[in-house]
Amino acid sequence: MLSSSDKSVVELNWAEVGDGFKQLLPISMFVVVFGVAFGLAAAQTGLDNSASLLMSALVFAGASQFGALDLWGAQVPVVPLIVTVFAINARHLLMGATLYPWLRELPAAKRYGVMMVISDANWAMSMQAFNSGKPGIGLILGGGLALWAAWVLGSWLGVYFGSEIQDPVSLGLDMVMGCFLLAMVIGGQKNLRMLVIWGVAAVSSLLAHRYLPENSHVVVGALAGGVLGAVWMEKKK
Amino acid sequence: MSIDSAGYGSFIIILIMALVTLVTRLGGVFVMSFVPINYRVQQFISAMSGSVLVALLAPLALNGDNGARLALLTTAVVMLLLKKPLPAIAAGVVMAAVFRHL
Repeated sequence: MLSSSDKSVVELNWAEVGDGFKQLLPISMFVVVFGVAFGLAAAQTGLDNSASLLMSALVFAGASQFGALDLWGAQVPVVPLIVTVFAINARHLLMGATLYPWLRELPAAKRYGVMMVISDANWAMSMQAFNSGKPGIGLILGGGLALWAAWVLGSWLGVYFGSEIQDPVSLGLDMVMGCFLLAMVIGGQKNLRMLVIWGVAAVSSLLAHRYLPENSHVVVGALAGGVLGAVWMEKKK
Repeated sequence: MSIDSAGYGSFIIILIMALVTLVTRLGGVFVMSFVPINYRVQQFISAMSGSVLVALLAPLALNGDNGARLALLTTAVVMLLLKKPLPAIAAGVVMAAVFRHL
């Protein structure tokens, strides 16, 4: 894997960006629904309509936006806000690190430019593409734009029409992202070494979820799996 | 320290959130540009990329309701059988919805 010397998979061209946009459209439909849930929750928390939309447009990270709503009041405490947003979004750091072997082939402006729209779904799709030697930059940028547009559109709908939507949990819509990410895991490399690494990641995540501060579990589990992978290396081909 | 959420205050709060999130989006790539990519680092990265997802999903599976667990199980089985993500996701979601309506 990591055939990063193969430069053809890390070019940024508009046809690929359009293709990435289309590939992420189905999952974006569900992101619209999450956006509606956020817009509705934000309106109920007392945010201005313009503030809710601005937050979705500029932050574009759903879980952390819901987290911020928990802290919202007449006064918003700054340090807990920063800690909460950082902790929930810390997985982006790992996504950036995992994409680096391919992104380093791009000039710095493009490298950081495409990362501005990185999110769970486009990251998972692009990693899968890169790992099987296919182009992935278009998936990051095009897919990210699709997800961003869906998130903002959903937030707008939620702010203005949210109260008309029925309970998304009873429709199973809260499981879309979880099922999507699980499908990405299972679609990846499967062998005994990987299964053990995933097991360690799962157990560490659960222990952190139980005993460590909130939102630390993703980073703890991912690092535990990564460290095991670095110690127990595959034989070089 | 707190910020008044009325008027311009909410704008400042949102800018802080946007900035922190941007740091997380760009930070991983930035830090890695100082790390020499040898075989061990490659193995670390590839092991970590699956582990991020597993770590995200594990509490969802353990602490979720039975609808959530059944959804994940269904997605896993369909994905193993068909190797196509969209039917696998759809099957999982439908399973959660059906189970929660029983």
